Amino acid sequence: MVHLTAEEKSLVSGLWGKVKVDEVGGEALGRLLVVYPWTQRFFDSFGDLSSPNAIMSNPKVKAHGKKVLNSFSDGLKNLDNLKGTFAKLSELHCDQLHVDPENFKLLGNVLVCVLARHFGKEFTPQVQGAFQKVVTGVANALAHKYH
Amino acid sequence: MVLSAADRAAVRALWRKLGSNVGIYATEALERTFTAFPTTKTYFAHFDLSPGSAQVKAHGNKVADALTTAVAHMDDLPGALSALSDLHAHQLRVDPINFKFLGHCLLVTLARHYPGDFGPAMHASLDKFLSHVISALASSYG
Repeated sequence: MVHLTAEEKSLVSGLWGKVKVDEVGGEALGRLLVVYPWTQRFFDSFGDLSSPNAIMSNPKVKAHGKKVLNSFSDGLKNLDNLKGTFAKLSELHCDQLHVDPENFKLLGNVLVCVLARHFGKEFTPQVQGAFQKVVTGVANALAHKYH
Repeated sequence: MVLSAADRAAVRALWRKLGSNVGIYATEALERTFTAFPTTKTYFAHFDLSPGSAQVKAHGNKVADALTTAVAHMDDLPGALSALSDLHAHQLRVDPINFKFLGHCLLVTLARHYPGDFGPAMHASLDKFLSHVISALASSYG
């Protein structure tokens, strides 16, 4: 369970309200594939991932990034029950997709970098701290059903 | 993950751009590390960690100098950082996981201050560079 103070919850929802979920999702997933190229192993069917430009402009990457971030958004509405919220997705990632949960931590940190880039001054250490708790909580929830 | 010529060129170019502000950004990275990863504060129980602390600023400058040294010696990071590695391993006895937390917060700081420069390829080069620095710092351990 993730423990955010009332202030942290307010900082998170305040910032998230301004996030363009569609764009940020694509950017975060794209950067994951560029910065940690082994993560491309899960996306063989996505077509051209041959260069940073190819990855960032790949329509399947953008679409999947959007999907991932919408899911993340759901998590933000259920901070008191992340494990429940992500139970089915956790099973999926373990049993069918066979994704090493380490990747969830990588994506979480990439998302934090993307938010810092978009929000600049607004992304204070306190805001970052609150988001680090959230991405850790989501990563743990997604890993929870692994066996 | 070898540091390619392109990675090195990208890191050097960004470092030139940071100029004399490296200390400011390293200090901010430290502040972010203490806020986002509170366990890291255990190594600084003797510090004033309140915002604007002179001790944190001084430490930020030390970290900045070390990173600048690293940028100038990307061909031999273990050699260039061996004294610092010994210090962290044998005297300070810092668990190496913490280097990753600071590395991440440095990326966040640079993304926040240089959004236009922090494209995906630069992000990748910086991350690789910091991984190599962390490896070199951890080389004296055990």
